[in-house]
Amino acid sequence: MARHHHHHAVLGPRRAGLTCLIPPLFLALLVCTAVFSANVPNNQSGGGWREDEKDDNDDVDNDEQHRRRGNATKTFPVLSFNYEHIRIPFEVSLWILLALLMKLGFHVIPRVSRVVPESCLLILVGLLVGGAIKAVRQTAPVLDSRLFFLYLLPPIILDAGYFLPVRPFAENLGTILLLAVAGTLWNAFFVGGATYAVCLLAGGRLAGADLLSCLLFGSIVSAVDPVAVLAVFEEIHINELLYILVFGESLLNDAVTVVLYHLFEEFSHAGTVTIADALLGVLSFFAVSCGGILIGVVYGLLGAFTSRFTSRTRVIEPLFVFLYSYMAYLSAEVFHLSGIMSLIACGVITRPYVEANISHKSYTTVKYFLKMWSSVSETLIFIFLGVSTVAGPHEWNWTFVTVTVVLCLVSRVLGVVGLAYVVNKFRIIKLTKKDQFIVAYGGLRGAIAFSLGFLLTQHQMKHLFLTAIITVIFFTVFVQGITIRPLVELLEVKKKRECDDSINEEIHTQFLDHLLVGIEDVCGHYGHHHWKDKLSRFNKTYVKKWLISGERSTQPQLLSFYNKMEMKQALMLVESGGGGNIFKPTAPHTDPRFPSRRRADVLEARQKEIRKMLHSNMQKDRQRLRSYSRHDLMEDPFEDDVSEARFRKRAEMGRRMSHYLTVPAKRPEAPPSVRRVAFQPEHRVYTYDDDESAREPTEARTDPGLPDAVRPQNQEEDDQQRLAALRRLSDPGPV
Amino acid sequence: MREGRTKGGTWRRGCVSCPSIRAPKVPLAFSGGAMGSWQARPEQQHYYHQLAQKTGFSAEQIKNLHHRFRELSANGETIRNQQEGESGRLEELDLGHFLMVMSHFRPPRHKSGEDERCAVRRQKLRFLFNMHDTDNDGTITLVEYRKVVEELLSKSGAIGHEAAKAIADAAMLEVASTNVPHMAPDEFYEGITFEHFEQILNGLEMESRMHIRFLDVDTSTVRCGKAGSTSTP
Repeated sequence: MARHHHHHAVLGPRRAGLTCLIPPLFLALLVCTAVFSANVPNNQSGGGWREDEKDDNDDVDNDEQHRRRGNATKTFPVLSFNYEHIRIPFEVSLWILLALLMKLGFHVIPRVSRVVPESCLLILVGLLVGGAIKAVRQTAPVLDSRLFFLYLLPPIILDAGYFLPVRPFAENLGTILLLAVAGTLWNAFFVGGATYAVCLLAGGRLAGADLLSCLLFGSIVSAVDPVAVLAVFEEIHINELLYILVFGESLLNDAVTVVLYHLFEEFSHAGTVTIADALLGVLSFFAVSCGGILIGVVYGLLGAFTSRFTSRTRVIEPLFVFLYSYMAYLSAEVFHLSGIMSLIACGVITRPYVEANISHKSYTTVKYFLKMWSSVSETLIFIFLGVSTVAGPHEWNWTFVTVTVVLCLVSRVLGVVGLAYVVNKFRIIKLTKKDQFIVAYGGLRGAIAFSLGFLLTQHQMKHLFLTAIITVIFFTVFVQGITIRPLVELLEVKKKRECDDSINEEIHTQFLDHLLVGIEDVCGHYGHHHWKDKLSRFNKTYVKKWLISGERSTQPQLLSFYNKMEMKQALMLVESGGGGNIFKPTAPHTDPRFPSRRRADVLEARQKEIRKMLHSNMQKDRQRLRSYSRHDLMEDPFEDDVSEARFRKRAEMGRRMSHYLTVPAKRPEAPPSVRRVAFQPEHRVYTYDDDESAREPTEARTDPGLPDAVRPQNQEEDDQQRLAALRRLSDPGPV
Repeated sequence: MREGRTKGGTWRRGCVSCPSIRAPKVPLAFSGGAMGSWQARPEQQHYYHQLAQKTGFSAEQIKNLHHRFRELSANGETIRNQQEGESGRLEELDLGHFLMVMSHFRPPRHKSGEDERCAVRRQKLRFLFNMHDTDNDGTITLVEYRKVVEELLSKSGAIGHEAAKAIADAAMLEVASTNVPHMAPDEFYEGITFEHFEQILNGLEMESRMHIRFLDVDTSTVRCGKAGSTSTP
């Protein structure tokens, strides 16, 4: 935040005043275009972006008339105006462009974007635009459900699934599943049932609601929405556990929502539900979720397999990732299975294998495109939500709406508290009251609920329901979205820790895994470490061989991690202009103690240069990373500036580096001393080589080659050994 | 412990006082019948009580672990070291030592305060540190660290050996530059001391990662001898 200030202080007060004018300017532009595009004659009433048959016919007619007219007249039209021809793509592009300009505008105003989450601002913009269109008495485009589910939602889900932190997700899977399934069921039935009761009591307009419609309404409004959750949680940087709980729940509850929605929609027409139907519903739930995951896994494996052969056509590699995932989503939707779960499964399965196969540039491309598309989608969704609110036919009923909002809140809190109580019996790291509060408070509803409501076929209560749904969405996004940040500060909830790639942590994570498997074996207990180990063995011996090309298939995980880190550091150094001196191959094993002295004077000046360059680059990085959100890429601060010219200029260094980059597995001659300096040029740390026997006394004592028998059997020695061993037992004492 | 099962026998080298314990393949469920036939004598009760005090296990858990111990030691009193004795290692392991080692893998209690968690974390980190520091001089030298990484990469053959060196070097460098940022040109980084070790692994939250569910007193899944619940909520 301080950097935020700094940057804007630099601009100066006058310019800051001017920049404040930019968003309203864009807003005005957006409104004008919207009105203009609505004004142009179209034959659709309350339509969306759908390309109609009528439109095509109109185009054809126009062309024919034009041609006929052309034959009749004598003058050749130098300039002609044919807007109809390009209307649809033009409007789409213009909308997207202006939406993104709005987003740009928000970040220019420092204060607002810190207090109010972006989603709220975008909805407000949508409201304004919708209002403007309505004022001109035109029909505004509504968030078409097909558009939403087929084009706007998949990029966001794919982005989330591809970058899902798998380890915490798997560790907390039980809690997440419980929250997603049991929590959503509880919410749906509670809200539905209570609404029905209220409707019965209130009478009047509401008396028309029967139990099934209320349950349908409950199932629509009770699902936590991944888009809204992502939009808000990304900005508050909460700790990983809470993030993965709420986010994982929002993803996995899709299956429940799909089943409940279809179930109740079918039966609300039929009128009654029997026990057999309920059982079928349960069966359907398993089919929907497992089927979705299965489809995702199949496509994921296909994608990974394909990427094995792409070494000659690197340019199209990213496309495979996107297309296979999108096909997984569509295939799942064909059978009314859970498309979201299929997409997540595909992303999770694809990622480790594809990343081992594709080039570094392709990897960056995949990351960038996913972030870009999901960012655009999110912006569009929120703006459209605002526009649709103004446009849609509303039916406001104070009782119904307030009851709904209150019930949603109450049921969410009760659900989370109850489930947390149950789940804490089985968890090692229990969920504290603070955690439970954040999980309950973070249950935001969003565009999925709206689209599902919109999809309701002609239903006498449809408008009533839609109004209530919109109110709940607005309430959660605005009130909860805005207040969650100060609440997190107030309650001092643990924040996300700074993500730094630490080779030590990686080593110890792996070490701990092995150690725990060993201990479990000693205890004779087949715990989850055991099964995790089994799975990773299976992965290593069979799956990786098939899906990863070349030597990477046998590369242990620690090595891949290290190579990645190396590459990053190397590229960073190249970017910062680290001197060629450093990479002159020196004889590393001769005298590690003295090279520092010999080279000290030579590299002093060089050091200053390097430090200056690194410093200036750090500043650039900081400016770029100023707005920390999901849509910025933290891990690659250097991708913009590394240009071809600079690579070519440092050919000598480049040759050595490129050896790293293209053949990471084989590095027989990499001299350690080179890398020592490479990491931290200003730090002269030389850890000495074991070729030097610099530590005579300790080496002799710990030389593992000497068997015990050779050593003199002194009583003292024995005692010493025993003492040393006992010391290592480190008596814990009563805890 | 099946030989070489964990990468390069990390288990073999580590766990200090338990060198390779040849464990027989264990059936999933302990035979409850065997439990009943073995009565606890009064002096044994007292011994258990003492152990409970020292290690923090409950009496029931000690009974379970003793049963397991008897299986591993083929009904003897001690578990013998089957490997070539490395220097400074105990030849035999009795119940007390076994329990002491196991107590390091107990999960943290739910209602522990900040200090207690720190203490638990420190204790676990101490255990790990001692595993790495084979010569007991209080620092992990480059040689020792290299051995650790080598064992992790032991399956990769020659490549693994070279890479292990590089990785260990990089790791040491990282520890050094984090903890001792301003070193003069002729200074050495001698080795990782316990404080530095603690510092560098601060982010891992050892107290909540280094545990076996079986050894937990708080959860309701601990039953006599049975493998605890394998699902992880």
